[in-house]
Amino acid sequence: MTAMQQKGAEGFLHRYEGLRERLPGVRLPWVAALRDVAAVAFRASGLPTRRIEAWRYTDLRAVGEAGFDEALTSLEDGQDLPAMRGSARAVFLDGRFRADLSDLDGVGYAVGSLATELRKLEGRVGALARPEEQPLAALNTMLFEDGLVVTVPAGVEGGVLDLLSVASPTERPSAFHPRHLVRLEPGSSLTLIETATGPEDGRYLHNPVFEIEVGEGATLNHARLQQEGPRAFQLSTVYARVAAGGTYDNFTLNAGGQLVRNEIHTALVGPGGACHMNGAQLLGPGQHADTTTFLDHAAPDCASRQTYKTVLSSKSRGVFQGKILVRRPAQRTDGYQMNQTLFLSPDAEIDSKPQLEIYADDVKCSHGATVGELDAEQLFYLRARGIPGERARAMLVEAFLTEAVEGVSDPVARGALEAAVTGWWSRQMKDAA
Amino acid sequence: MPAVSETIETVQSATEGAYKWGFHTDIEMDYAPKGLNEDIVRFISAKKNEPQWLLDWRLKAYRMWLKMEEPRWPAVSYPPIDYQDAYYYAAPSKAAPKSLADVDPELLRTYEKLGIPLKEQAWLAGVQPEEGEERERLPIAVDAVFDSVSVATTFKDRLAKEGIIFCSISEAVHNHPELVRQYLGTVVPQGDNFYAALNSAVFTDGSFVYIPKGVRCPMELSTYFRINAKSTGQFERTLIIAEEGSRVSYLEGCTAPMRDENQLHAAVVELVAMDDATIKYSTVQNWYPGDAEGRGGIYNFVTKRAHCRGARSKVSWTQVETGSAITWKYPSCVLLGDDSVGEFYSVAITNNRQQADTGTKMIHVGKRTRSTIVSKGISAGRGQNTYRGLVKVAPAAAGARNYTQCDSLLIGDQCGAHTVPYIENRCMTAKTEHEATTSRIADDQLFYCRQRGLSEEDAVGLIVNGFCREVLKELPMEFAVEAQKLLQISLEGSVG
Repeated sequence: MTAMQQKGAEGFLHRYEGLRERLPGVRLPWVAALRDVAAVAFRASGLPTRRIEAWRYTDLRAVGEAGFDEALTSLEDGQDLPAMRGSARAVFLDGRFRADLSDLDGVGYAVGSLATELRKLEGRVGALARPEEQPLAALNTMLFEDGLVVTVPAGVEGGVLDLLSVASPTERPSAFHPRHLVRLEPGSSLTLIETATGPEDGRYLHNPVFEIEVGEGATLNHARLQQEGPRAFQLSTVYARVAAGGTYDNFTLNAGGQLVRNEIHTALVGPGGACHMNGAQLLGPGQHADTTTFLDHAAPDCASRQTYKTVLSSKSRGVFQGKILVRRPAQRTDGYQMNQTLFLSPDAEIDSKPQLEIYADDVKCSHGATVGELDAEQLFYLRARGIPGERARAMLVEAFLTEAVEGVSDPVARGALEAAVTGWWSRQMKDAA
Repeated sequence: MPAVSETIETVQSATEGAYKWGFHTDIEMDYAPKGLNEDIVRFISAKKNEPQWLLDWRLKAYRMWLKMEEPRWPAVSYPPIDYQDAYYYAAPSKAAPKSLADVDPELLRTYEKLGIPLKEQAWLAGVQPEEGEERERLPIAVDAVFDSVSVATTFKDRLAKEGIIFCSISEAVHNHPELVRQYLGTVVPQGDNFYAALNSAVFTDGSFVYIPKGVRCPMELSTYFRINAKSTGQFERTLIIAEEGSRVSYLEGCTAPMRDENQLHAAVVELVAMDDATIKYSTVQNWYPGDAEGRGGIYNFVTKRAHCRGARSKVSWTQVETGSAITWKYPSCVLLGDDSVGEFYSVAITNNRQQADTGTKMIHVGKRTRSTIVSKGISAGRGQNTYRGLVKVAPAAAGARNYTQCDSLLIGDQCGAHTVPYIENRCMTAKTEHEATTSRIADDQLFYCRQRGLSEEDAVGLIVNGFCREVLKELPMEFAVEAQKLLQISLEGSVG
């Protein structure tokens, strides 16, 4: 551990010591035990350094240096919340649920705040998260205050739920660690569209952990639009478990933030489960975004598809690490992973590490990775047909991203993503001009 | 699938049978005492009558090694190695013979049993010359290494006529000290990694090749390594220098006699290619893999690296890895010269409890540098096979190009196949492509072949050969014969 990471870790531990008696669930022995165990793990690991293989390409020194305070929650005049996309919306300000800003009337499933419902959640909090393996999950477990709790009953079609995470403007760097729990009972479905935003100049750490359980034959569409402020750190960890015949779709757009890590652990634990993990990283000057996926095929006859695209403009750095594990019982697994990167600028960097670890013999698994710049011939073709240079470039970038966005089956989620992609591109063009 | 289990059983019975080349030759040995310390390093150096600078170089490496840790990142497991419980020097006690006639007859008999092509004319007698052409068969020059000291070097005169130096590295230290001193450790420095440091401290022998400017080496250069003495680690050091516009093809192959104890092998190979030079380095590795329960077998921890220093230089690594209990090996190319080319073609087979963690590194520094990686991994029994590779493109490597293909074939449900590629690209105009697949021999492929009258064994052989074809075709013809034999021995009737 470097000195800075050490210092940063100590800051968080110190905060835990100070807050321990005030954190939600302090009188619930199981919560206190979870937090204490996580604190021990975090004390041992600290903030991960690049010497750890899983963090080889992402340096958390800046997080260690920041020195975070508690968020002073407030909404400034004129800070607009993004428009509602679905029939319901849950709003979190600095990681705390705001009933006054949310709209959850008349939904056909249970939805609420973790802080309020914590005493009913024994066995659900921490069911999937692995604080002993992922230091950031340990940090979250130690310090979580609130989060979204959704339970969709068997057979219910939940429609679209908006999850909005907003960071408020602060003078000093702030940090929040929400814990979100999503459970889909057998045969149910839900589209969860999560948007994370923050102020233009605010320094903050958003460290969410998701624990997602997809029941038999259930379907969760999970679209994540990461549009944090340009000085933000977002380090998120998603744990998902998919039962027999269930489907988990995850699409993550990384467009905001200065330093971003999007880590997804999905386990296919029942026969016939499916998982689609797609994503796009659109990075501008000075941004660093890291998508790390771990797909655990633990049951037979499951299929997984992953398509991740990264577009890099000046001085940005993209990272993709994707591991597919096929365990011995997971016969007839069909696994596919594609990771492609487009360079728009000569001073960018991409680090890509796709990985297969296979112990079953009757499997079809493949991965691919490509890196390149815009094809000069394609550009020429478009320009020869009278399309101006910038428009032609935009078309080719859009086409490059299509394959990943196309994988999003829910039309509302796809529309939101397409709008976010278009928005990113026009901002790039404006900055360039 | 009864056919499947049947074939798995057949494999087991075939592979559990006695190791074909598991015999043992007794030759009087001259050992250094067991263990490793500075005195042993001095002993080795003194024994080989080395100049002071080389002793200092070894001692520096030894001191680096003391501070280093054994790598733990490869996907292999083995009991801890006690480096103090091995001999670091063992040489045939008689003075190195001047010609084949002087070679210990027992050694020649050993080679005969192995079918080593010291008399490669006979070995190749069955090969028809090309139609309508009475081509002179180019002989292969053999620098046979028996344990640690080079004991036979042939065709020296013919090579000398061209100005080519092909000798043991200890000879080179005495006869061409300026060349050895200029290049030794410049590609793989002493402190490069744990095993390279160990090798640098205690290397006993190996080959030295120098191809002068503009010379095309008239024959394939070949070294057969063997590990023979009980509890003797082998630490070869090979150095090949190809001057401007020269070409050389180097073959390295090995078999080892059956034994019970694990043996450590930590070789270092350094290649240097100048402007327009080409080096082709081919390996067939068939050391004792251990028995069906994984007892015994060679630990093969090798550092191989090439510097393409000149413009338009080219280095091509081809390897067929069928032996060893554990293989840890990443033949790499540092592409420094503009338009230089690196290639890596590999077949790795793990059966029973063999473990292989192998791959390559292609480091693109020069402009328009190109690299190709084709890796075929076959896992059977309880074997674990990992491809681990790095493609790194520096910002200056404008127009660099990489293509990587890794395919794995699984035979049986107790083995594992893993792929761990690293791609690090910092150059906008560079293009890298990687693809990897994992599959097994499909029942319909087998059915198709069997329906046409092929036995199951032939069908499997056909399919596996087809799977490895892209790599096998890169081998020099003399080696391809042996490689195909080895594939068959390793996997006979093995698939379902």
